[in-house]
Amino acid sequence: MSGCSDKSFHLIRVGTMHHRPLIDGNVSGCLGVLPSHSEPVNSETNRTTSSCSSFSGTAYFLSALCVYISSFLLPFSTKTSSRINRDRLRLSNWESFAIKLLKGQTLTRYVKNKLELRWVLVQFGAFIVLCGATHLINLWTFTMHSRTVAMVMTTAKVFTAAVSCITALMLVHIIPDLLSVKTRELFLKNKAAELDREMGLIRTQEETGRHVRMLTHEIRSTLDRHTILKTTLVELGRTLALEECALWMPTRTGLELQLSYTLRQQNPVGYTVPIHHPMINQVFSSSHAIKISPNCPVARIRPAGKYMPGEVVAVRVPLLHLSNFQINDWPELSTKRYALMVLMLPSDSARQWHVHELELVEVVADQVAVALSHAAILEESMRARDLLMEQNVALDLARREAETAIRARNDFLAVMNHEMRTPMHAIIALSSLLQETELTPEQRLMVETILKSSNLLATLINDVLDLSRLEDGSLQLDLGTFNLYALFREVLNLIKPIASVKKLHVSLNLAPDLPEYAVGDEKRLMQTILNVVGNAVKFSKDGSILITAFVAKAELLRDPRTPEFFPVPGDNHFYLRVQVKDSGIGVSPQDIPKLFTKFAQIQSTAIRNSGGSGLGLAICKRFVNLMEGHIWIESEGLGKGCTAIFMVKLGIPERLNDSRLALMPKVPPNHGPAAFPGLKVLVMDENGVSRMVTKGLLVHLGCDVTMVSSSEECLRVVSHEHKVVFMDVCVPGMDGYEIAIRIQEKFTKRHERPIIVALTGNTDKVTKEKFMRVGMDGVILKPVSLDKMRSVLSDLLEHRVLFEAI
Amino acid sequence: MEVGQMQRRLVDYTKTLFMEGFLDAQFLQLQQLQDESNPDFVVEVVSLFFDDSEKLLNDLSMALDQPNVDFKKVDAHVHQLKGSSSSIGAQRVKNACIAFRNFCEEQNIDATLRCLQQVKHEYYLVKNKLETLLRLEQQIVAAGGSIPATEMGF
Repeated sequence: MSGCSDKSFHLIRVGTMHHRPLIDGNVSGCLGVLPSHSEPVNSETNRTTSSCSSFSGTAYFLSALCVYISSFLLPFSTKTSSRINRDRLRLSNWESFAIKLLKGQTLTRYVKNKLELRWVLVQFGAFIVLCGATHLINLWTFTMHSRTVAMVMTTAKVFTAAVSCITALMLVHIIPDLLSVKTRELFLKNKAAELDREMGLIRTQEETGRHVRMLTHEIRSTLDRHTILKTTLVELGRTLALEECALWMPTRTGLELQLSYTLRQQNPVGYTVPIHHPMINQVFSSSHAIKISPNCPVARIRPAGKYMPGEVVAVRVPLLHLSNFQINDWPELSTKRYALMVLMLPSDSARQWHVHELELVEVVADQVAVALSHAAILEESMRARDLLMEQNVALDLARREAETAIRARNDFLAVMNHEMRTPMHAIIALSSLLQETELTPEQRLMVETILKSSNLLATLINDVLDLSRLEDGSLQLDLGTFNLYALFREVLNLIKPIASVKKLHVSLNLAPDLPEYAVGDEKRLMQTILNVVGNAVKFSKDGSILITAFVAKAELLRDPRTPEFFPVPGDNHFYLRVQVKDSGIGVSPQDIPKLFTKFAQIQSTAIRNSGGSGLGLAICKRFVNLMEGHIWIESEGLGKGCTAIFMVKLGIPERLNDSRLALMPKVPPNHGPAAFPGLKVLVMDENGVSRMVTKGLLVHLGCDVTMVSSSEECLRVVSHEHKVVFMDVCVPGMDGYEIAIRIQEKFTKRHERPIIVALTGNTDKVTKEKFMRVGMDGVILKPVSLDKMRSVLSDLLEHRVLFEAI
Repeated sequence: MEVGQMQRRLVDYTKTLFMEGFLDAQFLQLQQLQDESNPDFVVEVVSLFFDDSEKLLNDLSMALDQPNVDFKKVDAHVHQLKGSSSSIGAQRVKNACIAFRNFCEEQNIDATLRCLQQVKHEYYLVKNKLETLLRLEQQIVAAGGSIPATEMGF
């Protein structure tokens, strides 16, 4: 029974053993068989073998249990690989592992594992074979069997046991490796997955970068705004596979956005969208690309339809408006204007905007902004350059024209200077010679006219030539020492004839502190004074002309009317101030500035008749400027006369040597010889006493005096022998003026007429003016001193004019 | 009296005349005009002055005595007198004449009568002085001396 039970037990055991995994089952089952086989053969050996077998059976059972348990633990062994998962991103780990793997730090182990595994397989094969053999041989032991069979049986069992021992040992050795292989495998798998991911990432990044570079290159390759914008859209569309890409630019008013460029539509219709949409404001306020709703007005540019619209992204593009751009003045950031770029993914594609795509868009928008600003700068600089070139051309032309004009002027001057003066001189010289000959009155008149006209013409030519030379700057002053007093007297002499013809009274007032000698350009100074005085005479119909000359004092030099003029008196120079006041037609205040301009003349009937070229004052001004002075005219208005004032700088001469003094008109000594021997004079005076006194004076001076006491007698007696007639006119009731007129009438020729001098006790202006108007040559105030009489006579005889001797 | 003394007296006397305003610079001029060719110039002029003035004063008195005073004529006379006196250098007479003329313009009879008196008074004074002066000069000349030139330090 026990045998049967044993067998059944064995069978059951074997059966259950066989249900377990092969690894454990074979080991335990087969090993468990051994002890049971030995029991029916030898009871003695059964006991020892049973104890051995029980011991080994327990051992194997335990080891099988361990293996079984560990196999359950395999899925959980992934925990170990989680540590490796944390190092997923560190490629170096992966690299090092891969290297390790490749280099075979674990290679030997790997190979060893492989070998060991093969060995294990072999062992397993061997064990299966042996176990099968054993069991087959066991069949023979069912009945009585020979010893050989038992021997074979035992041998087989022993071999099986040995193999299973070795296998078990090997397995125990291998199992950690196997487990780790598994984990390693898992780790590798994970790493590979990571690598893939990262490779994908890199690839996309690189792709993005390439796209950006390409876009930038495209954008920057042109400086034309439209090309830039168009290229941007095209490239973006291509890169991101967009359905539509649009650019909205702000209008001139800045209140709306206008659709300027699109990708698909060739000619975008002028849509406009108000700029103050909240979505648009949101986009403008952020520098990132922002997803916007497809219902936003800017995104509604494609036909809405049955399709599900793709996602839309908008980004701002900062614009540098040309009007903001000024040289040296960067536009402020606060007044930035933005354009809006809208990008739409294709509909129905379920594509999403990825982060890298958004970044790409932002980068492109920035690049576009930079490129646009560059384009703006270029436009501006090209415009400036064009402008400069135009200006250069114009300047060049102007310069050439000016040069031509100067050359023409110089040629003209050269011609004028010689060619015109020569015939002029001939005309003047011959006319004056002609005048000296015997002529009928008509002929004389004609010759005089010729002479006058040619003189005028000569003056004109000289004026123009002078002016040109003055303007040229080539005129220089001829400095020399001259007698200031003599100069003024000469001016007076020259102007007197004209003045007397117009019945104007000219008076000269020289300040006592005026130096007698001065250093300067005498000729030009006289020309200036003559011109000014001549103007005064020319523009006065009646009245008087007062010439005053004095040294300008320092505090008076600063004239508020001429603030630019700062004369500074010094040690070796002084400023001569000359004022010429007339009572003529005057000048209206608005005409005063024009007076000194060339060829400008105040239009009025009185002047048109007087001729002249209008150059006089202009020339004077230039002379005065050359003499470091200033000239101006004051007038209270039309009809109120005017005053011409000028100041010139003259040098003070060095100490005069005696030879110079000799030039002065010497006053003869008091009791010297007769100054005027044989000079026939006529004295008319009612008052016996004063008649006698006057006679005495004149006799003392050596004159041959004839005395008359009444006007009739005077007229009767006066003859061409009398050189001077002294007439006492202060007696009321006797009209001295009339006598003067009558005497003048008596003598038609001027050079035959005696000089008429009035003696008067009256000093008032009215009387003086009357005398002058009447045509008297001079006025002397009674009582006359000897010296005065002497100087008067000498002046009279020298110049035939004496206007005042007080 | 010797010549030097007389000359000195003359000079002093002349000086006082100038100081007192009887004569002015015009008289000096007259004196200057007197030279060898014209030795009596001053005397002649002064005599002429005296005659002229006498006549004028008489005319003036007559004119002012009239019931209807012809101021024009009076003015004319006074003018003449003024001229003569200024020619000779009789300063005070001249000034009186100027005042006279002003009143003539105003046709103020009383004032003019007063002026006339004033003028007459001045005239007689200066006549006296001049006569003395001339007499002194004559004495010097008679004594053989020369009339010293008056140097006035005006």
